[in-house]
Amino acid sequence: MEHPYMFFVKLFELLGMGDFAHHYPHVIYSWVIMIFLIVVAGLAVKGISMIPTKGQNFWEIVIDGMEEFMVDLTGDEGRWFFPLIATVFLYIAACNLSGLLPGFFPPTASLNTTASCALVVVIFTHIIGIKYHGAAYIKHFLGPIWWMVPIIFPIEIIGHLARIMSLSFRLFGNMMGHELVLGILFMLAGAFFAPLPIMAMGVFVALVQAFVFFLLSIMYFTGAMEHAH
Amino acid sequence: MEAQALQFFIACATAAGFGIAIAAFGCGIGQGLGLKSAVEGIARNPESSGKVTVTLLIGLALIESLCIYALVVSLILIFAHPQAAAISGLFAK
Repeated sequence: MEHPYMFFVKLFELLGMGDFAHHYPHVIYSWVIMIFLIVVAGLAVKGISMIPTKGQNFWEIVIDGMEEFMVDLTGDEGRWFFPLIATVFLYIAACNLSGLLPGFFPPTASLNTTASCALVVVIFTHIIGIKYHGAAYIKHFLGPIWWMVPIIFPIEIIGHLARIMSLSFRLFGNMMGHELVLGILFMLAGAFFAPLPIMAMGVFVALVQAFVFFLLSIMYFTGAMEHAH
Repeated sequence: MEAQALQFFIACATAAGFGIAIAAFGCGIGQGLGLKSAVEGIARNPESSGKVTVTLLIGLALIESLCIYALVVSLILIFAHPQAAAISGLFAK
């Protein structure tokens, strides 16, 4: 497979940091996405008025839709962690979609980015549990019957570790698989525009995977907030 | 030593091929069953088609992720197993 040509990696090469750029393209591109999202957010909140203009309307629909969807699942008491989970969703969606632009590498195609997002979400689950239940949060892991605790407690711990792995691997596998298929098709039949149908599917997969991450995170938060069995 | 590394690589590549094939088989059946129930639900009650479609897509993505775990293991077998250095040295000659 030929080495892909990535714009920002070339830029870093010109600046003399080519070695770093070739080994860590996901770091560079995650910073690119972050700067893009911050600039877009800055533009979106500039000049908010009571009668919304087109840009403000669009963002109101997106943010409001996400918030209502989340409150449907968590109840009204879950509104306070909406900024965190909405940021995760927008960041992952932007990362996934940026992979479809030529010359860009999706940061989520690297296990580092996805594992970091999954760790943030799962550790926040525990923070929510401790905040809502205090030390009694341990009851979530103990199960309903007291003499089965030595069996159920390790299984629950493994289940929580499996959540980190499943969230990160699902997103990484989807994005990396997409990149590999595009690379192979490009190598085999690039002149006949063979990668194009896969890229069309890629738009769908990018949004669905970001949404599934968002939905699973909300379900984990809801599970930590509610009372144990 | 090199013959052993080559044999190991052949075994890994074969296992990767079979692994992802079996995973895709199971994933196809699972997603087909989910889709069957979703379509039946929409057929019985066309008004619920919005909610059923959203639930269907979420379910399909979750079932697909099991196949993706198998894909990641296959990719590890081909590209990232411990003898990767020895085997790529084999091909560089």
